[in-house]
Amino acid sequence: MDTLTLLLDGFASALTPQNLAFCAVGVLLGTFVGVLPGIGPAMAVALLLPLTFGLEPTQSFILFAGIYYGGMYGGSTTSILLNTPGESASVMTAIEGNKMAKKGRAAQALATAAIGSFIAGTIGTLLVAFFTPGLARVAVNIGAPSFFAIMLFSLVLVTAVLGSSKLRGFIGLAIGLTIGLVGLDLSTGQARLTGGVLQLADGIDIVVVAVGIFAIGEAMWIAAHLRRAPLDVIPVGRPFMSREDWSRSWRPWLRGTALGFPFGALPAGGAETPTFMSYVLERKLSRRSDEFGHGAIEGVAGPEAANNASAAGMFVPLLALGLPVTATAAVLLAAMRTYGIVPGPTLMADQPDLVWTLLASLLIGNTLLLAINLPLAPLWAKLLRIPRPQLYAGILFFASLGAYAVNQSAFDVALLLVFGAVGFAVRRFGIPLLPLILGVIIGPLMETKMREALDLSNGAISGLFNEPLAIFVYLLILLALVVPTVLSRVRGPVPHPVSNESEVS
Amino acid sequence: MADTAAPRTEPVEVDRAQYGLAAVLALVGLWTIIDARGLNVGFGDPIGPRVFPYVVGASMIVLAVLLAVATARGDVAQGEEGEDVDLTSPADWVTVGKLAGILVLNVLLVNVLGWAVTGGLLFAGCAWALGSRTLVRDLVVGVVMAAATWYFFYVGLDVPLAPGILDGVL
Repeated sequence: MDTLTLLLDGFASALTPQNLAFCAVGVLLGTFVGVLPGIGPAMAVALLLPLTFGLEPTQSFILFAGIYYGGMYGGSTTSILLNTPGESASVMTAIEGNKMAKKGRAAQALATAAIGSFIAGTIGTLLVAFFTPGLARVAVNIGAPSFFAIMLFSLVLVTAVLGSSKLRGFIGLAIGLTIGLVGLDLSTGQARLTGGVLQLADGIDIVVVAVGIFAIGEAMWIAAHLRRAPLDVIPVGRPFMSREDWSRSWRPWLRGTALGFPFGALPAGGAETPTFMSYVLERKLSRRSDEFGHGAIEGVAGPEAANNASAAGMFVPLLALGLPVTATAAVLLAAMRTYGIVPGPTLMADQPDLVWTLLASLLIGNTLLLAINLPLAPLWAKLLRIPRPQLYAGILFFASLGAYAVNQSAFDVALLLVFGAVGFAVRRFGIPLLPLILGVIIGPLMETKMREALDLSNGAISGLFNEPLAIFVYLLILLALVVPTVLSRVRGPVPHPVSNESEVS
Repeated sequence: MADTAAPRTEPVEVDRAQYGLAAVLALVGLWTIIDARGLNVGFGDPIGPRVFPYVVGASMIVLAVLLAVATARGDVAQGEEGEDVDLTSPADWVTVGKLAGILVLNVLLVNVLGWAVTGGLLFAGCAWALGSRTLVRDLVVGVVMAAATWYFFYVGLDVPLAPGILDGVL
């Protein structure tokens, strides 16, 4: 019950009129930016990061809580009303959602997505509140060798198990790790990979990296392949659901939540797997499985709930271990660091009020989102018709502004363009973004832990293996690498991380 | 590791640009290792700042070689898809070049002219490069956005962006 009291305290500090206003602004901005075609949640958070520069940490976290869930929801609106999904997690939503919209049931598709997101987000956030403190207490005692192993585990999962090409995944990871190396070595103060450029000594601001790769890279890539014939946007009225829609939706919402949360909380990265599994599960369980592929509401309700539950689950490793597992989490972690707040096992103990306020604001933001989105859906749908030249010009404008505002230096904007070029190349060559951005963030943390562990063992490599937990995690890594390969030999490629499925077969 | 991604956009032939990527990656890996060689390992520091860059740089070179091999075997990159992306048409380098030029111009001029001016030009210029033909309207919108964001950062967030030639006017 301790958790409940703390959460209520969090509500008490989040529910001031001013903070509520911040949360509402965050939800509106997040949805606004998330709905815009071509902008996913990670890019939305990265683009809106500079807005928080003048704010207190608490207020900026509240703003971000709103932006995060708003951006997630905005993405699903886009994929339902246009027939191409913006990010991989929305692929499943797009399949049935767009079919529903074409049959004139856009309103119901948006409603089941919104309400499913709300339910999944609320349950997910509550689970975060109940799991994180315990995990953080355990995590405080995790030694450097095990921490190193866990970080390696999450990078391997993201790189090798998700995504279609392992080679490209590892290339993305290596690029990210190289970017993470730039700057002064933390313990000896020597410059690495700066090429003598003084502005690089402090390392590369992660805001600049994220905005460059997500915003500039994406805008340039789209500019190179801009669809000249506009997509048709399906008009939508005020979302509502009939009694039948409700009865077909509530079970998929709950099942989607149950699938999504653990996948978000494990360092398995992202919502792709749970949304896919949820879709398959709903198709199997539905009494009208013939409707799947032609706009079945279960196929929107389940994956959308899984998507949002995993978006909530991601806060468990982020807050308890300081380990981001999605691109958006990486950007959030960077945002926290600009305030000198380092998420990790000690954050729960050092600044509990901050964490609980954040969790409370996530719940509030989720509620506001439902209240705002259902009535405003027709308005959001209009955003999809925004003329593309002005839309992408606007993205380039705000990206440049964001990078410039970090230090008011033109050098940062030049650096932004360099990372924009990297982002373009990465898209051209089909290299996944997630390992890259996680490499930038986790690389330096990994090096610190590795050196800590090896310092204790006086340089002997056994220092990395002298904890039972570390050895256990290395075994998991081995399994994660071997099992999918074996499975794909047996029956075609299956992009599943180590799940109980591997024990079954 | 042989990828069998369906080459929908490019004709069935070796993706030569991937050799270029492999070469760049190998050079970056090499530079990472050379750079790390120049670092001093302090007394009583068994690991030092070199090991991690060595590992990263060496992996990069290995990956570059693997990529080159995969390319020679006919591996083709599958470009990223998106709502407004049409991969069936070849890349439009003219537009990309114009945009890059405008962005670089902004970098060079932002401290001289100030954000309120270059921001407006940036927006209008990018919209023009992307095919907008309402230049006057774009300019008005751009200047209003640039001035508004300048005031927002200055008044709202206490972040003074460069005023440039409009110093004293704003």
